[in-house]
Amino acid sequence: MTTATKPTTAIDLEHRLALYRSQVALRLFETRAYDLFLENLVKGTSHLSLGQEAIAAGVAAAMRETDWTFATYRGHAHTLARGVPMTPVLAELLGRANGLMAGKGGSMHLTSVEHGVMGSYAIIGAHLPIACGAAWSAQYRGTDQVAVCFFGDGTTNIGAFHEALNFAAIWKLPVVFICENNLWMEYTRTTEVTAVAHPAADRAGAYGLESILVDGNDADAVYDVAARAIARARAGEGPSLIEAETYRHGGHSRADPGKYRPDEEVAQWKAKDPVPRYRARLVELGVDEATLVAIESEVADEVEAATEAAKAGAIPGEDLLMKDVWANGGSSWRN
Amino acid sequence: MAQLTFREAIARGIAQEMRRDDSVIMLGEDVGAAGGVFKGTVGLLDEFGPVRVRDTPISEQAILGAAMGAAMTGLRPIAEIMFSDFFAVCWDIVVNEIAKSRYMTNGQMTFPLVIRSGNGGGLRFGAQHSQSVENWAMMIPGLKVVVPANATDVIGLMAASIRDDDPVIFLEAKSLYASKMDVPDGDIVDTLGSAKVLRSGADATIVSLGAMVPRALAAAEELGENGINCTVVDVRSLVPLDTSTILREVVATGRLFTVEENPRLCGWGGELSSIVSEEIFYDLDGPIVRITTPHIPLPAADALEDLAIPSVERIVTTIEKAMNS
Repeated sequence: MTTATKPTTAIDLEHRLALYRSQVALRLFETRAYDLFLENLVKGTSHLSLGQEAIAAGVAAAMRETDWTFATYRGHAHTLARGVPMTPVLAELLGRANGLMAGKGGSMHLTSVEHGVMGSYAIIGAHLPIACGAAWSAQYRGTDQVAVCFFGDGTTNIGAFHEALNFAAIWKLPVVFICENNLWMEYTRTTEVTAVAHPAADRAGAYGLESILVDGNDADAVYDVAARAIARARAGEGPSLIEAETYRHGGHSRADPGKYRPDEEVAQWKAKDPVPRYRARLVELGVDEATLVAIESEVADEVEAATEAAKAGAIPGEDLLMKDVWANGGSSWRN
Repeated sequence: MAQLTFREAIARGIAQEMRRDDSVIMLGEDVGAAGGVFKGTVGLLDEFGPVRVRDTPISEQAILGAAMGAAMTGLRPIAEIMFSDFFAVCWDIVVNEIAKSRYMTNGQMTFPLVIRSGNGGGLRFGAQHSQSVENWAMMIPGLKVVVPANATDVIGLMAASIRDDDPVIFLEAKSLYASKMDVPDGDIVDTLGSAKVLRSGADATIVSLGAMVPRALAAAEELGENGINCTVVDVRSLVPLDTSTILREVVATGRLFTVEENPRLCGWGGELSSIVSEEIFYDLDGPIVRITTPHIPLPAADALEDLAIPSVERIVTTIEKAMNS
């Protein structure tokens, strides 16, 4: 098994500061999203990435603009990490017309094709084969685009995971599968319902793939392992499966306080919180406090501005309701 | 003009489109080297090569997921689900992903893809390889549903489906694969959402689909000999549905009979009956009568399967009884 936990030295400081900014942005955005639930401005359900930011930030930093992201219902972070502005994402959560999909998708389906975010999928496992299809398309058209597909530990026990892994392997598709193992499959400990200790890494061998385990709370380590897998895919060497170990700070969804998790486990993982950890590393590397505070303050301002702009968005009207079932923009099924 | 079987027409329709558009690619179980288990894709591997005609593992979710991912990134994939019964193992990709994603993304994505599948009974394959699932597909917003009934229509509707920018479920009646007809030479391109009037009569309108079309026609011949003159309409596509042709033909005779291979509940004829009742009720001269497979799983034995699926005899006796009562 390959274990990549040591911070790489290959990333220069400019990129490290960008990685820090990205993680802070995801942290503050998700925190704001949670606050807006409490104010009852975000309706429906939502799944936050608090605690898992290093994966979204680290992988996105290793991608090219033309690469594709396939995310899950826990997809705010992956969407933002690709450069989608905060306002449309927050407005989508608020169900406003200025939302990323004008309120028609909601928290679980964030999509921004112009940023390469090819959808957030809320049926476990479905998007793994879909990512294979995008990768197939890149392979067929002879572009060097790579599809990157994120999913949780629970996904490794559904059939589509296994179909997609086999499919990607036999067709040598340029796709990188990234399992965010946050140790809990909804309300159940993953190891209690999984035949192996590492739900993705231990299955990689079944598809002829290298077993890759990475510290998902270390953005540098994630960047490093993702960069290698993406380069491999781009070079036509086929798919990779990466398991990134992490922990969600909150419950599965907004309705879940996560009480089933032992306090000491939560405390142990909060001590490995990726955001302060990365900050400490930057300080160690000689970045001055003022630079970091400036980043944090700029991001906080961005979240404030996005909140105001999202709240000011129009309520979507009936004109949107019947629009875009079909490619011609309409919804008519008869003449 | 050449005589072509329904199954040969499938390969001809696909080849016609693959020749004109490099973005058309194909995948499915045994579609390449084997030419399809129903021999609907014979010759395509030879002409277009293994990069465009790809054999897959028995992984229906992967097949349709791959088609979706390819479609959203600019290709026009044709995926085969060998038996339409197998839609049950990949229905999530069809219903939750392919059908909804354009709407959910506020039109950011399009899915120009075709899913072909062998549909319906008649081959004595039993309950898991004989279902007619057109009603499953019809009820999902975001799917077009095309069901040709003869070789010429297979080519033209296949071309129209491939060129269409929306996902199309293209159901091939298994019991028609061996049927033959003279097909015009050259490219054939048809239109989705256009029903065809195959025969005109003043007394009753029979609306039928897929494998039931030749049976409806044969029944109409017999009924005509007994003095009941029937119009026969081939619906051809359930979505979009050509209600204008169908309603016009029902108004003309005042009677509607549907002939459906799908099991009774929620069959397409139920929706059609509702449209007719709401919109042309006062033009009817008698009750709408649906002739369907009963609401049962299909049995395997030939004698039992023949009792289940609407036969020419059942169509004739049902219509005679209704018209004479």
